[in-house]
Order: sequence, then C-alpha cells, then structure tokens
Amino acid sequence: MEDYLLIPLLPLLAFIVNILFGRKYIRDKAYLISCTAVIGSFIVSVAILFDVIGGKTINEDLYTWVVSGNFRVSVGFLIDQLTAVMLIVVTGVGSIIHIYSIGYMHGDKGYYRFFAYLSLFTFSMLMLVMANNFLLLYFGWEAVGLCSYLLIGFWFEKKSASDAGKKAFITCRFGDFGFAIGVILIFLTFGTLHYVPVFNKAEGFATQTVNILGLEVGLITLIAMLLFAGAVGKSAQIPLHVWLPDAMEGPTPVSALIHAATMVTAGVFMVARCSPLFNLSEVAMHVVAITGATTAVFAATIAIVQNDIKRIIAYSTISHLGLMFLACGVGAYGAGVFHLYTHAFFKALLFLCAGSVIHALHHNDIQRMGGLKKYMPITYITFFIAALSAAGIPGLAGFFSKDEILWYAYASDNPAGKFVWVLGTVVAFLTPFYLFRMIFLTFHSKFRGTHEEERNLHESPRVMTIPLILLALGAVASGWVGIPKLLGGGAHFINFLKPVLGYPEAHGTHVEEWVIMCISTVIAISGVGLAGVMYLIKTDIPMRVAKKLSSLYRILFNKYYVDELYSLIIVRPAIWIADRVIEGFTDAKIIEGMVNGVPRSIGAFGERLRKIQTGLLHHYAIIMALGFLIIALMLWF
Amino acid sequence: MVPLSWYIVLSALVFSIGIIGFLIRRNIIIMLMCIELMLNAVNISFAAFAHYMQDMRGQIMVFFVIAVAASEAVIGLALVIALFRNKPTVNIDEINIMKG
Repeated sequence: MEDYLLIPLLPLLAFIVNILFGRKYIRDKAYLISCTAVIGSFIVSVAILFDVIGGKTINEDLYTWVVSGNFRVSVGFLIDQLTAVMLIVVTGVGSIIHIYSIGYMHGDKGYYRFFAYLSLFTFSMLMLVMANNFLLLYFGWEAVGLCSYLLIGFWFEKKSASDAGKKAFITCRFGDFGFAIGVILIFLTFGTLHYVPVFNKAEGFATQTVNILGLEVGLITLIAMLLFAGAVGKSAQIPLHVWLPDAMEGPTPVSALIHAATMVTAGVFMVARCSPLFNLSEVAMHVVAITGATTAVFAATIAIVQNDIKRIIAYSTISHLGLMFLACGVGAYGAGVFHLYTHAFFKALLFLCAGSVIHALHHNDIQRMGGLKKYMPITYITFFIAALSAAGIPGLAGFFSKDEILWYAYASDNPAGKFVWVLGTVVAFLTPFYLFRMIFLTFHSKFRGTHEEERNLHESPRVMTIPLILLALGAVASGWVGIPKLLGGGAHFINFLKPVLGYPEAHGTHVEEWVIMCISTVIAISGVGLAGVMYLIKTDIPMRVAKKLSSLYRILFNKYYVDELYSLIIVRPAIWIADRVIEGFTDAKIIEGMVNGVPRSIGAFGERLRKIQTGLLHHYAIIMALGFLIIALMLWF
Repeated sequence: MVPLSWYIVLSALVFSIGIIGFLIRRNIIIMLMCIELMLNAVNISFAAFAHYMQDMRGQIMVFFVIAVAASEAVIGLALVIALFRNKPTVNIDEINIMKG
C-alpha cells in the first residue's frame, strides 16, 4: 500500500470507529481517536511535502471506479506541489483545531458525534485536494458540503442552527449545479475526466465555440464559468455568499476549520487546479477577478457595522476569499494560494479566539463585551496578533500574501488589473478597521455586560490556549516562506508552486513595487489608527457617524438587504409553489388521487362483484345449468 | 327387442326429472336424491349404448359411476348431518351464511 493513502484513510477510520461505537462505548474519549488520526495524517503529509520538495510528485490510478462505454473514471491521486500545500493546511490547521475542540466541546452531549463529523470532514477535504480527476474532486466537493451541513446544524435542537444548515446546503446547491454541468461538459469535450489529459488537450479547444440561445460562447470559457459557479457557491462569493454568515450558528471550531481555513477555500483551490483551463479564457479570468474584488469590498463594508463577533469574522472570511479569487483572476494563482495558506492560520486563530471569548461569556454580542484583556490575557494577545496579521501589518504572514496579491493585480497586463487593485486596496483599508473595531470593543475600555457575567469571566483552559499560541506562531511566521525578492526573500512559496500554477506575470518596475507596498502598509496602519480613534479615544464618533449617515448605516447593518431580496424573489416563490402547486395540486390531486383512486375503484368493483355470491345453493345450481346449456348449444351449432 | 331410442328417451326423462327437481326443490335430502337420479339416467344410456354397440367399455363406465354415486351419497349425507347439527333445518334457503 502506498503510504500517502494513510492521509485520507486515518480520518476515515476515525470517523467509522466514532460513529459506530461512539455513543455507547467511546463517549467522551472520542477525541483520542479523531485527534490521533488527524495528527497522524499531518505527520504523513509533512513527509509527503518533503518528498515533493525533493521533486517526487505522484499521479497514479489505484482502482477503476466507473466504466461505462468510453466513460472511465478511476480512484486516483495526484500529489504535486499544490496538493502538498493543501495537505499541510488541512491537516496542520485541522490538527490544532481538533485539539482546541477537546476543550471547547467538553461536556456537550454530542461529543462523539462532533469528532466523528470532524473526521469525516477531514477525510472528504483530503480526498478533494488529492483527487486526480474531476469526478473524485466532485465526490470530495459534495462530501465536504454534507459535513458542513451536518456541523452547522450540529446543535439541531436550535431552530436557527438547523435553518442555517439547510441554507448553506441549498445555497451551495445552486453553484454545484453549474459545477456538475461543467464536469459533464469536460467529459463530453475531452472524453476523459483526468486532470492531466484534460489540461494537455485544453489548448486545442481554445478557439472552439458553442451556441447558447443564439450567443456564440467559447467552449473553454463556458466550462471555466460553470466550474467557477461551483467555486462561487462553495467559497461564498457574490451572489451566493449569504450562507456563510449564517453558518456561524455551528460550533466555533467548525467555523474555524470549515468556514475559514479549509472548506471555503476549496473554490480557490479548484480554480487554481484548473488554471490551465482558466488561462485559456480571458472572459472567465475577468469574471473571476471582478467577482472576487467586488465580493471583497462588499463583505468588508458589511463587516464594519456588525455586532456579532463571529459574523464579523465570517464577513472577513468572505472578503479574504474574494482577494484570493482576485489573485487567481489576474493570473497570480501562486499569490492566491499563498494567501489561502496564510489566511488559514490567521483566520482560524481569529475564530478560535472568538470561541474562547464566547466560551467565557456565552454570547456573541461585542456591544456587551469590553475590557476583557485583563481577564483573558492569552486570548487577547493571540487575537491581537491574528488581527495584525490579517490587517497586513509588515512582517506578519498576512502582509506578505496580501501584498503579493495587490502587486500582481496592479502589475498584471489584465485590463481589469488596475481596477481590482483599487478595490483590493480599499479592502486593505477596511480589514484592519473592522478587525480592530472588534478588538477595541471586545477587549479594551470597561466591561459592558452584567455583573454576574463579569464574575464568571475566566481565561480558557490550557487545551484551548495552547492551540491559540501555536496558531499565533503560524499567523506570524507562516508568511516567511514567501517573502518577495524585493525584501531580500526568495519568494519560495510561489516558486515552489510554479510547476503547477505557473509564475505570475508582473509588468512593473521595482520602484512601483515599493510604492504599492508602501501604499498598502500606510493604508493598513491608518485603518488600525482610525479604529483606535473611533473606538478608544473619541467613543462618541461611531454614534454620530451612524446617525449622520443613517440610511447608509442601515443598508450596511442589514447586509445590503440581500437576504431580504432572496427571500422575496427565490425563497417565498419557492415556498408558495411548494405549498400551493406541489402540495396543494400535484400532491393532493394528482399523486394522492392516483394512489388512493386505484385501490378505491378496485374496492368499489369488489363491492359490486361480491353481490353475486348469494350463498343460496339454487342460484349456483341454476347458473351451472344455464352455463352447461350454453356450452351444449354452442357445441351443437 | 326394445329399440335404443326408448332407452335414450327414458334416460333423458329421468335426467330431466333429476335436474328440474334439483333446481326447484328446497329440501336438501331431495336434492341429493335428484343428483342420484341424474347419475342413474346417465347409467341407463351407458348401459343401453354398451349393449347395442357390443362394447364392454360402456358397462365399465357404469360401474365407475355407481362407485362415484355411492361415495357422493356418503359424503353428501354426512355433510347434511353435520349441517343439521349446527342448524336444525333441511331447507336449503335457510342455509345461506356463506355469502359475499
């Protein structure tokens, strides 16, 4: 057996053991199995990473999965530089979050179930990143969606949680529909679903067009757009972003692992994986870049006025995913994946710190927090580091990746490049502002909750703070593998991914690169500063601004009314159709009419038929005699 | 020498008496007797044909019919007695609970 198979199989085994024996036998020891499995996967992943660094990539089919005519798909794995990075992110950050969950979920009655799902998720995500064909990718893609649903609705007794699970699942379905059609179209075009032959043949189809409703569309463009539709759903981009903030109903470790570090980045991973297809279609690239940039600004503006600590971070996640797509859209896949990698650390850390705060307070409202830094010093410091890193303060992980993205956006020859750079820079200003608003409201000034809450404030147990410290190290140092040449580094990260993703093109001088870097740094620091002025020094400013720009404030506070809009144009018509047409007509009249009508008519027929069974012997005798007579007459004539 | 047609007419008459009796009488004993009449009407024609055609197979058939008639009488009367124990009547119209 190949040793890399251990990476997905260990979590799968942990899932099977926990789900079968968890409730009766393992109970509160479930963490032992799941944590061992994911840490084991991590160790193997590190070994694989060194193999890949040494130049050994793997692409092999292990088992023929589906054969039908010329449709052949196998279970096969592709482990190259991109997969190796994803493996480290998934198992590394995953391990830390597993450990954190031991403390956070302690005492929950679904403890074993939680770890079982977490292991199933890890398995699915690893299958997604290790697949060597589109069908296996699709398997992982849907399986992580299922786990996301199960874990968002983990506290399913709560109506809002089960609703949020459904919302996430159904919203993603819209995107996945496109994704599935994209995969089918790939098979129809290329006759195979394996990455390597598809990407090799793609060039030959670059000029082919198809006619959709009288519109000539490039075939590759169409495929790329359909695949991107899946990414939009999974990575919560406009217009399918609505599920991610609601997904915060799930336990906080889930938000950190699935809705920040790994699953939501599957869309970015997939776009990067399919870069040979996207590169052939200028239109698709523009769409990716502009969707990403718009989403980034859109989500960041919403995050400014929210009061739920987890939702702020959720909007921040959407915004950062937008930045990653922005990078992919301008051809800087390496920078996008680099940001994916650093983002996993600092965003997971932000979530886990928020979880630590919630663990102490049992609510999410930052307006009822404040002054927590003296009660929760470790949480405070790590939260601060994560926010600095996310804000792009020089030296920390987030700075290097965000700077790469902005530089490649500015310097690309893509005509949309300058435009998305401007949007990216706006995000670079908004991100520190909303993150530090959150920090200042949560940890500084005086506590605004009740006295009883204040008495119960405490730092989280060590099993939770140690993961925070580990992730804080990642949030500081993970970016150092990709320090750009300009700052004396070797841009190792992007060079490492070059065989898979190519090297992003940059048309600019060193001076320009310096200027771009300085602009984003100055802007980041001024964002922090503005937050400091508004929420520490002159604390009446936010109220006055909100009053002055009350209509703008209301729009932002209500998230641009997107949920209301969808409710009006999609949800309510769908429910109306379900109630009136499907249930009231199709179900009640046609289906029930048929199902009940057939037995009822048979019954009525039998009711009549049984009347001839009179019980009187003479009737039978006469009928017998008549019958005999008829037969005799028939024989005679 | 009695011609064959007389036997056939006799057989038909006896059979008709049997079938009409079976159809119009209500007494179950008489109905059983009517069945015997029908069977024996058939016997008459078997025996007559056997004699006129000089073929013994007709007479063998008669013995079979007699055997069947005997068994039928035994089982029929046994059923009548069993029925009478449950319901003291021989009027067939009153025995009508086996209806749909």
